Amino acid sequence: MNDVHIEWLGDRALLLRLGAGIDATLNACVHALAHTLREAALPGVVDIVPAYASVAVHYDPRAWSEPAASTAPGERLAQRLLEIAAALPAPARTALSAEQGTVLEIPVCYGGEHGPDLADVAGLAGVGADEVIARHVAGDYRVAMLGFAPGFPYLLGLDPALHAPRRANPRTRVPAGSVAIGGAQTGIYPRELPGGWQILGRTPLTLFDAARDPPALLAPGQRVRFRAIDADKFAWLQKSAGARPSRASREGFSAIEPCFFAADESEAGRDKSRPYDAGQPR
Amino acid sequence: MNLRVLAPGLLTSVQDGGRRGHAAIGVGRAGAMDDVSLRLANMLVGNAQDVAALEITLRGPRLRFEADALIAIAGAEIDARCGDEIVPLWRPVLLRAGSELSLGGMRHGTRAYLAVAGGIALPAVLGSRSSDINAALGPLPRALAAGDELPCAAAPRVLCGDLREALGALPFEARTENRRVFAAKWSLDPSSWFDAGATRPIRAIAGTHFDRLDADSRRALFGAEFRIGVDSNRVGCRFERVPLKLAAPIEMVSAGTAPGTLQLPPGGVPIALTAEAPTTGGYPRIAQVIAIDLPHLAQRRPGDAVRFAPTDLAAAQMRYLERERALAKLASWIQARLHRPW
Repeated sequence: MNDVHIEWLGDRALLLRLGAGIDATLNACVHALAHTLREAALPGVVDIVPAYASVAVHYDPRAWSEPAASTAPGERLAQRLLEIAAALPAPARTALSAEQGTVLEIPVCYGGEHGPDLADVAGLAGVGADEVIARHVAGDYRVAMLGFAPGFPYLLGLDPALHAPRRANPRTRVPAGSVAIGGAQTGIYPRELPGGWQILGRTPLTLFDAARDPPALLAPGQRVRFRAIDADKFAWLQKSAGARPSRASREGFSAIEPCFFAADESEAGRDKSRPYDAGQPR
Repeated sequence: MNLRVLAPGLLTSVQDGGRRGHAAIGVGRAGAMDDVSLRLANMLVGNAQDVAALEITLRGPRLRFEADALIAIAGAEIDARCGDEIVPLWRPVLLRAGSELSLGGMRHGTRAYLAVAGGIALPAVLGSRSSDINAALGPLPRALAAGDELPCAAAPRVLCGDLREALGALPFEARTENRRVFAAKWSLDPSSWFDAGATRPIRAIAGTHFDRLDADSRRALFGAEFRIGVDSNRVGCRFERVPLKLAAPIEMVSAGTAPGTLQLPPGGVPIALTAEAPTTGGYPRIAQVIAIDLPHLAQRRPGDAVRFAPTDLAAAQMRYLERERALAKLASWIQARLHRPW
C-alpha cells in the first residue's frame, strides 16, 4: 500500500488516509492495515481506529521523542507507519472472496412496533414491505467500522434500492437493537439513543456489553447477515438470558482479522443530499 | 473507607486518566477534562497520577468521610470547608473521621478535582473507573447522586504511618478542640498549572480542512473572539459568536477523531471534541486544540471569550514534552515532601 497519506489529528493522534468515500475494497485495505499496525505493537500507540477509508493512530509523543532530534516525535512515528504501510501488499482483487470470514447471523424482527419506518422505506424504494425485508436479508454485509456509540456498527453492502435519506425529524429515543438505514449505510443501535435513521426492525441480540469479552458483538471487518424472525421469536429470544448469535463461534467475532471480500462494483452510494453530513445515525 | 455523597453538586463524576485501547469498538476515552489538575491532586495525596478522583463542575457536592482521610483539591478555585474550618486547596489535607466536606461555588474556573489517598476504588470497566456519562459506560455510568457510597482504597501504608505521626506531633490543644482539618503548611503554586482567565489564547494546529474554509473564516478562526456556548459539556465545547463557512461543501465519510479536534458542522458553529466525544466523526476538521491547552479550555465557562492562536506540530509536541518533564520533577518533589513531617 503506497497510496497512504498522513492527516494530522493534533499532537497526540494522526490519520492514515487510504482513500475517500465508501467502498468495500478500500475498506478491506483499511482493516488489513489496522490489523498489521496492531501486530506491530509500536511503542506509545494506545489506540488504532479503522474507519471507512482511514486508520486513526493515537499515541504518546514521549515514546517517539529523541534528545537533540531535528524532527518532531509525530513525524518519526508517521515515517514508521508509512514504512509499514508500504511493505504491506494491498489485498489483491483476485483474492477477494465473499466466502472468507465467519458470518455472524443477526435475527431481526422487521416492521410492526419494532420497525416503524419499514413502510416509509418501502414507499421510497417503490416496492412492498416484503420486498424490502427480502432485499435486506439477502445482503452480505461487512462491518466497515464502529463508532458514534460503543458497539455501533456501520455496515457496508446495503442493496442500493434500499438507500433512504434520514428522517426529517430525528427521534429522541431509538430502542436498543434497532436496525436502521441512513443513506447508503445500515447499522444497529447498541442501546437506546437519539437517532435519525429509518428503522426497519429490531434484533434481540445485545450489541455491546462492557462486562462481556469482547464487549462489542461485532468487530471491524466482521461479515454479517440478517435473518427475519417474527415478534414471538423476538420476545422469546429477548427473554432468554444472553441472546447469542446463531451460527458463529465466539472466536469468529473476536478476531480482528484482515478481511478480503468481493469488491462492491455497485454505486458505492453516498448520501448526496447531505454533502457535509457527519454520517452519524443521530 | 467509604465516601458518602450527601448532596451531589451540579455535575460531579468519578474520573481517572481515561479509557484507552477500546476506541476501535467505539469506546471513547472519557477521563478528567483537566487532566493536569487531576494528576496534581493525586500527586498531593501520594497516589499514582491517573487514579480515580472526583471531577466537580461549577458547584460542588457535600461529602461525608467515614474514616480519617488524606485529600487534596486542585483545579478551579472552589469554596471548600468542613463546618467553620476552611479546607485550603493545592495541598494535602487530613480530614478526621466523620468530617462533612462542603464544596460550594467556584471563584475561578469550571472544574475542580478532589483526590483521596488510595483513590476511589470502584471496579474498573474496560480498564478505567471513569464515568462516560454520554456513553452510559463505567462502574458508575452517571453523575453522582445523593446517597451514593464510594469505596476508597486504603492509602499507601508509608503515608498512613506519616499521617499518624503528623497527628501525633500536633499540639495537645489541637487534638482536643475538635478540629477536623489538618492542612500541610506547604502548597503548590497553581499559577504554573491553572489558568481560567480568558486572555490566554488557546493554541491550535490548522486541521486537514482548514484550507477549505472561505477566506473570511480562515481569518476569523485565528483572529476573532469566540464565546463558549451554554450547551458545551464533557462531549464538546461550542464556539459561538462568529459563524464559520466552508468555501464549498466537502463530501466526507466518518473517520477517527481525537480530543481537541475542532469540527465544523453545517450550522457554522465550530465544536472542539472533549473527553466524552465519540471516537469517530464526519464533519470537516478545521483545527486541533493542542493537548496541553485542553486543560485550560476545560476551565473556561459558558459565555467566556476564547481566541485561538496558531501553532504547529513540532512546537506543540516540544511544549508537551516540556510539560511532562516539569510534572515529573514536581511529582518527585511532592513525593519527598509527603514523607517528611508537615
